[in-house]
Amino acid sequence: MRRIAFGGLLLTIVAVAPALSVPGRSGTAAPPTYSDSGLEAQLARVYAEIEKNRLDKALELTESLLRQHPNFRLGHLIKGDLLLARARPISTLGNAANAPADRLADLREEAIARIKAHRQKPTANAVPRYLLQMQPDQKHAVVVDTQKARLYLYQNDNGRPRFVADYYISHGKLGAEKMREGDKKTPVGVYHVTTSLPRQKLTDFYGSGAFPINYPNEWDKRQGRNGHGIWLHGTPSDTLSRPPKASDGCVVLANADLDALAKNLQPGLTPVIISNEIEWLSLDDWQKERSALSKTIDQWRADWESRDTDRFLRHYSKKFQAGKQGLAEFAQQKRQVNAGKEWIKVKTENLSMFRNPGKEDLVLVTFEQDYRSNNLSNQMKKRQYWIREDGSWKIVYEGAA
Amino acid sequence: MPSSLPTRLKTNPLAAVLVALALGLAAPVASADNLADIQKLIKSGQYPQALEKTDAYIASKPRDAQGRFMKGLILTEMNRPADAVAVFTKLTEDYPELPEPYNNLAVLYAQQKQYEKARTALEMAIRTHPAYAVAYENLGDVYAKLASQAYDKALQLDSSNAAAQGKLSLIRDLVSTNTRPGGKPATVAAATAAKPAEPVKPAAVEPAKPAAEPLKPAATVVPVAPAAVTPVKTAEAPKAAEKPVEKPAAPAKAADAGEAEAVNAVQGWAAAWSKKDVKGYLAHYAPDFQTPNGMPRKAWEAERQQRIEKPGKIQVSVDDVKVAIAGDKATVKFRQNYKSATLNSSAGKTLVLIRVGGKWLIQQERVG
Repeated sequence: MRRIAFGGLLLTIVAVAPALSVPGRSGTAAPPTYSDSGLEAQLARVYAEIEKNRLDKALELTESLLRQHPNFRLGHLIKGDLLLARARPISTLGNAANAPADRLADLREEAIARIKAHRQKPTANAVPRYLLQMQPDQKHAVVVDTQKARLYLYQNDNGRPRFVADYYISHGKLGAEKMREGDKKTPVGVYHVTTSLPRQKLTDFYGSGAFPINYPNEWDKRQGRNGHGIWLHGTPSDTLSRPPKASDGCVVLANADLDALAKNLQPGLTPVIISNEIEWLSLDDWQKERSALSKTIDQWRADWESRDTDRFLRHYSKKFQAGKQGLAEFAQQKRQVNAGKEWIKVKTENLSMFRNPGKEDLVLVTFEQDYRSNNLSNQMKKRQYWIREDGSWKIVYEGAA
Repeated sequence: MPSSLPTRLKTNPLAAVLVALALGLAAPVASADNLADIQKLIKSGQYPQALEKTDAYIASKPRDAQGRFMKGLILTEMNRPADAVAVFTKLTEDYPELPEPYNNLAVLYAQQKQYEKARTALEMAIRTHPAYAVAYENLGDVYAKLASQAYDKALQLDSSNAAAQGKLSLIRDLVSTNTRPGGKPATVAAATAAKPAEPVKPAAVEPAKPAAEPLKPAATVVPVAPAAVTPVKTAEAPKAAEKPVEKPAAPAKAADAGEAEAVNAVQGWAAAWSKKDVKGYLAHYAPDFQTPNGMPRKAWEAERQQRIEKPGKIQVSVDDVKVAIAGDKATVKFRQNYKSATLNSSAGKTLVLIRVGGKWLIQQERVG
């Protein structure tokens, strides 16, 4: 009877996990090529045994899990429950009487996050909406779901993101959508890894390494967001994983997971997109979104070449801002420049498009711009933010990357 | 002395082991007086004298399990856990079939907070004697302790990267304010104290029956034991059969005695049934009796009660009895003649009995 109660409890936890809703997602899931350190799979086996009321087997599996990962605190909690279940009835996950409630709650959240993640692996025919276009030299992209406490690694397969692996992560103690220095929140937006800090340069707190990202980016600054030092990093040596909400804003992975991830990170290049909750698109919908925007960008390029300044300027938002220049100043300058042109040729190469997570339709577009004209040639790396305005895509920011 | 056995076991290791001694080890008649003297010395707290006598006794009978067991007890009482552990460990090596030394080893390990070792020892005790209630109780406590240790690992290692010093003080803090399973503050400082303080919880009296275990030594087992056991000195022949450690020469005779006992038990069972004495009838079943289709014991008992108490006479007799004994297990095959108001049958039946505290109890019942 006790055992049933215990199994029932875990079932309840598992049942909390809602089905992952993906618009237009259907068909069978293709198995991922490889995945994380296997903790979730092992946990799932433990839970399966508990559900079948085979507590001895569950304990055996838990102990074997702990031999591999002696610092896995959630594992110790489950072990405690399974042992206690032999001695007396237990009522919940984590039956340690008088234990600090916040720590118990943390471990329960971790349990739920890990089990949910295991049951809701992304499928091959759904992609995060944000990865509209990876540039050819970006081998991988990272997408974080703070609510699910999960990081997803995607491979660039000729521009199409292909799922590689996913990892449990911790984020800010006070959640996501960072605004201010010290608010203990993780930023939401499109970033990239700026550099790699090896273990030797860090204290034990950061574990096996760190990868700073470029928060605050141009868009953050424009929104008045501040703060700094948002990293992806590992865990202290006595800790396998931290609770889902634990950091001052960083994204924290288990050391083994960070090591595996690190192999795929290119400093200065690999995009890191952090969301509250990933929006998934079917491949069809994803294709539609990306080609619509691609077309608009190419139209902008062609209109620039046309030297028809009004045609060109229709691609710019009323809220356009580049440095101190608003739309009026920008328009005036373009008219002046265009007056002296006999011909213009513009090429955009190595282009990427990453949608900013959130309700707003906002896409970060980056490319190498090759500009030639009768009196001036210039090559630069350009960054633009495109926003949806009155039903069409408009440039709301542009500048050198 | 052992009448309050179940509760005292938990708090007083000596009482626990003494009873265990009485339970498990039948002294050869010749040495009974010696051992009785030693027990008197122990009772009055004269441990050095008791130890001296025991050593002398063992010197004359180096292989004697009884004497060595006694020595282990005295050493335990004298706060010499390491020596006591050595004595009991050697006993488990020489007599792996005895559950008591394992149990006492576990008690000593638990005192030293070596709960994993305690767990292993108790699981061994239960493996040798699946119906050994004391070991189950202790094991329940050890599980609770292990659980508490696991919880400490889960919750007390600080997650904010505090220095080692900070972690230590945190542990002390939480443990000492904690009334976890034992309801007993198990301070870290007390860990080294050799005092045979109760390693296990004194509260939570419900004999922690591991629901997870295949067997359920319900509380009923415990009362059975002391009653059957008290006369250590008398050590009747059948008892020797139970544990032929000392006299490997006598198995044949002992087996005969066991056979007679087993048949008696079956006769008693049939008689209780015939008398419609439900209580007496159910008392013939071992705590770990395998109910039909694994139905809950309570439900099965209720069903039996209902059937047996049906109006009308019942007459049950057995004949053509064949017994096969292997250690503490007896397989009794017989013809069961059953007569009631509604049914008259005669069919083959097999009962598998196990010896629990000197009584043969039914573990399996099947037709054919």
